Amino acid sequence: MRDRALLSHLGLVAVLMAAHWMLPAYHHDAVAKVLVLSVYAMGYNIAFGYTGMLSLGHALFFAAGLYGAAMPLTLWGWTGGPALAAGLVAATVLAAAVGLLALRTRGVSFMIVTLMFAQAGYLTILYLGRWTRGDEGIVIAQPLRRIMGLDLSDGATRYLAALLLFVLGLLACLHLVRSPFGRVMVAMRENEERARMLGYNPFTVKLAALTLSGLYSGAAGAAYALMFGYAGASLAGVQYSILPMLWVLLGGAGTVAGPFLGCLLMFYLIDYASVITSATLLVVGVALVALVLFAPKGALGALRDRLGKEGRAWLP
Amino acid sequence: MGFGPLLLLAILEGAVTAAVLALTAVGLSLTFGIMRVVNVAHGEFFMLGAVLAWFVSQWFPDAPLLAFLLAMVVCPLVVAGVAVLADVLILKRLHYEPEATIVATIGLLYIFQQAALSFFGPNARPVAPPFNFRVQLPWFGYSGYKLFVILAAGVLLLLVWLLITRTKIGLVMRATQIDRTTAKAFGINVDRVYAMTFGIGAGLAAIAAVLVVPIQQAHYLMGGDPLLLSFIVVILGGLGSLRGTLIAALLIGLLDGLLSTAFFFPPTFAKIVATLLVALVLVFRPEGLFGRRTA
Repeated sequence: MRDRALLSHLGLVAVLMAAHWMLPAYHHDAVAKVLVLSVYAMGYNIAFGYTGMLSLGHALFFAAGLYGAAMPLTLWGWTGGPALAAGLVAATVLAAAVGLLALRTRGVSFMIVTLMFAQAGYLTILYLGRWTRGDEGIVIAQPLRRIMGLDLSDGATRYLAALLLFVLGLLACLHLVRSPFGRVMVAMRENEERARMLGYNPFTVKLAALTLSGLYSGAAGAAYALMFGYAGASLAGVQYSILPMLWVLLGGAGTVAGPFLGCLLMFYLIDYASVITSATLLVVGVALVALVLFAPKGALGALRDRLGKEGRAWLP
Repeated sequence: MGFGPLLLLAILEGAVTAAVLALTAVGLSLTFGIMRVVNVAHGEFFMLGAVLAWFVSQWFPDAPLLAFLLAMVVCPLVVAGVAVLADVLILKRLHYEPEATIVATIGLLYIFQQAALSFFGPNARPVAPPFNFRVQLPWFGYSGYKLFVILAAGVLLLLVWLLITRTKIGLVMRATQIDRTTAKAFGINVDRVYAMTFGIGAGLAAIAAVLVVPIQQAHYLMGGDPLLLSFIVVILGGLGSLRGTLIAALLIGLLDGLLSTAFFFPPTFAKIVATLLVALVLVFRPEGLFGRRTA
């Protein structure tokens, strides 16, 4: 097989499949959570890493998926499949709507506008506490968390379902960034004016990328609700907009596998740090500052640069 | 209470909010205007000011006036020092690149929150006001300290205005704002101007917190609201325009007082409307409500 990028990413999938049989119970559950959250990070990477849109409001899309699935399940008695679809639709539509407004701005204004929209969404969740249960959150009972006869609250099923979602996201992202459209996305990041001169409309390209990014975030949110049975306002707060950015920066912005690596590293960094100290916020803060100062390209980005031409072939 | 006195009470409460908000927002506006840095950690400088004021008040439990006066001097200086360090060690090395500085100040936000949580604790703690007297109006009594806050904030804002418009430091700051490269060519030490601006901005947030902490308790998460409100004010006033910031702070503060005191508006709903409004202003009128369109 000559396609080295496909080979390296299928290798990652094979390792994760093998991990299903080898990991002890605690780490098995932890990696399942990391897989779902890395789908969110991959979505963020499509907007930030590839298209150059630094959003501070992605928690809005994650929460749309989360509540879009959790509320039909618990309030209106929907089943798992339609609830998952509702989460996807809610997040995608919201991302397109936010994009239509926010993409009229750029740079610092874009960051603040997305931050403000996400903040408004977070406050709305608190305000509609009668249905969303605000800070306390919705706990989804085990019998509701089924999809096509599969019980997603069972550890093994959950891991495999999370892996399936992750693999779909990973391969779609790999295909996207190597397609002509993916190259136009990168062109927007590198030099918007030049791309415009070549005849591409920056607004529609960025809107499409942001909507797709919202779809990924919503898929992660809806899967999170079904697999872990919880939807709370804390998952819609500013911190959940910052975390995917942190994961992407750590793993390598603009690399397909970077979001997963960053999410995994950060999860275990906080996990191990919490044994020594309760100062988990400090870990997040220091990681952010250290990354922008010393490793702005992240782990895989630095590796790709070091490997030169081979690096670009293996790690798109 | 009749409607007239209620309105007066609402305006007084609004003026207190506006005074504190104006100080905090002018700090944010200075750093944005001169350095083009969006300082997400600004609310945490406010929080640090309040927390430090509590520590100072613990040294002199029997002399609240002395503790207050000391806090008014010590807290802004310490916080400004922290900010200057952050500027020299982090922001300067990022060459003030907008995206990198935002990520870095988010990191600082978490570091400061954790520091406050570790050394100050998770509970809200009160600070005694420096003096207790009530101004007896015909309809109700009003806290003399709150009136003092309005006065003190007014004086401080006047000092900032004098600093910017009437001194050599202000002249250098404005020159740097208008054209960084030319300022450098004329021998202005731009690095020092930036460090000083970041320090002054943070110090203003800290002094606002020292003023407000006898009314509102100190808490390690208290930086969120001032940050959001300052952003709102700075954006409505037009990014980087000090005059716009002041007008917007007055407007937002009075509106807040009126809505929450006189009309019992649900605060969460008001916040939703305010954040959406700000987002839409940035989208459709990026120069702010009071700003002039510039090329």
